[in-house]
Amino acid sequence: MAAGLMRLPVFRKQETVSESNEKHLVVPGDVITSDTGFMRGHGTYMDEEKLTASVAGEVERVNKLICVRPLKTRFYGEVGDVVVGRITEVQQKRWKVETNSRLDSVLLLSSVNLPGGELRRRCAEDELAMRDYLQEGDLINAEVQSVFSDGALSLHTRSLKYGKLGQGVLVQVSPSLVKRQKTHFHNLPCGASIILGNNGYIWLYPTPGQQDEEAGGFHTSMEPVSLPDREVISRLRNCILALATHKVMLYDTSVLYCYESSRPHEIKDLLKPEVMEEVVMITRQRLVEQAG
Amino acid sequence: MAAVQVCEAEKVYIMHGVRDDLRVDGRGCEDYRHMEIETDVVSNTDGSARVKLGYTDVLVGIKAEIGKPKPAAPDEGYLEFFVDCSANATPEFEGRGGEELGSELSCTLYKVFNNVNSLELRALCIAPREHCWVLYVDVLLLQCDGNLFDAISIAIKAALFNTRIPKVTITEGEEGGAELELSDDPYDCVRLNVENVPCIVTLCKIGHRHVVDATLQEKACSVAGLLVSVTHKGTITCVRKVGGGSLEPESIFEMTETGKRVGKALHAPLMKLLRDEEAQGKQRQKVGFLG
Repeated sequence: MAAGLMRLPVFRKQETVSESNEKHLVVPGDVITSDTGFMRGHGTYMDEEKLTASVAGEVERVNKLICVRPLKTRFYGEVGDVVVGRITEVQQKRWKVETNSRLDSVLLLSSVNLPGGELRRRCAEDELAMRDYLQEGDLINAEVQSVFSDGALSLHTRSLKYGKLGQGVLVQVSPSLVKRQKTHFHNLPCGASIILGNNGYIWLYPTPGQQDEEAGGFHTSMEPVSLPDREVISRLRNCILALATHKVMLYDTSVLYCYESSRPHEIKDLLKPEVMEEVVMITRQRLVEQAG
Repeated sequence: MAAVQVCEAEKVYIMHGVRDDLRVDGRGCEDYRHMEIETDVVSNTDGSARVKLGYTDVLVGIKAEIGKPKPAAPDEGYLEFFVDCSANATPEFEGRGGEELGSELSCTLYKVFNNVNSLELRALCIAPREHCWVLYVDVLLLQCDGNLFDAISIAIKAALFNTRIPKVTITEGEEGGAELELSDDPYDCVRLNVENVPCIVTLCKIGHRHVVDATLQEKACSVAGLLVSVTHKGTITCVRKVGGGSLEPESIFEMTETGKRVGKALHAPLMKLLRDEEAQGKQRQKVGFLG
């Protein structure tokens, strides 16, 4: 049982960046350019007339504007982003939601679907029953409806895709590792579903059998999840963490490839650094092959 | 304790998983997470160790100082514990936030380690009733991801193994009193016998079963747990119930049995690792905090 359990720490290996897509990477204090013809964007500052990075990440240039996109960051929400969040507070006509952004997001009572899909104005009774719909600690998935001037997000769940989340596993990674895509909901062929929240919160859950539409997204099933489903979800969880530790972008294909290349290993072995490295390397290779 | 929020459905998921012996990260009920141990990481201590257990990260430093033996045990040295909950671990520890947890931890550690059965305290005595070595064990929590007790106890054992106490010679002073003389040679030192130092195994009751090495999420699902300290022979030196809930006598029995089995299995790989590290000596490049 204890074989290979304890070990001495080893130095992190230098990750070899493939030369084909060379990126301009900087750490805080690195001079990006001493040319004064550029505009200062996010993640940069002027130090003695030189444009300097204030965060570690990749330099992005849009015409004359230079920004640095940090690798490890809080979530900068944009309208239309899919997020997974946790209710932290029930207030008057609104819920406060923790979404890994700098400020707690709000979910207004008027921007949720009422149970049963009823469409009407919200009345005082609805306000009193708010905790019956969503209470502190509950996980939801939602879409960013608007961004306030201070950067706080307003969410909405006015679609059957969104709402309260049931049984499953939450994995937290850096938001910059989630690739923006057309859809962030995937039913993976390996037997589980995944919601890749733009805020770096990833929700893994067993693929639902048939949609029970009338519940309006507030009903959660407490039926036990079958063991095979659990195995798939646990494996996916460890795969996502392995990809995240090795800074591989997360999207349906990368997750799936990683899942497939992890098949020869036991699920709990995926927690070991050397197994993680091997699995991620195979995944990378497959992704490169597929792209090229 | 750094608490995480877990909603009802997640709890149900975790509890059913424990029932099926497949936890969220794929481990079985009696599996530990991956552990990394390094000793001699802080140069200005007499012995130190850093243990990473999953995302839990603790640093232990031991300083030896000469003090007066306690009147109750005149021919024994003693240990002092201090647990510092750094705000790096979680923002909740900021200011005085970590004090309660810190004193709870150090109190338990004192009970587990400061007795003749786990450490040869007599070897720490220099002159009965006059002088003895006091080992100040400082624990620093760098990151919390559940199962602090186990990680700390392993780190303490590793740090005790690493501890080197300078040799002391007693000479007759001019006025009849004893004079202590410390050896200047850094290699002229005494090592502690850590054979009987126990490791703590924390078992969390989740549903009808119990798990070792619970993550914070799993801990949130458990109302009661048992803390068992076990020596390499499988002797239990301390049992403590943790958490607000209650346990049935039957499950306490089961949990101590599991704790015994799991705890006993911890010692052999730990000692092997410590000896290996020592055998490598200066050839091994220290990873420390920059790895």
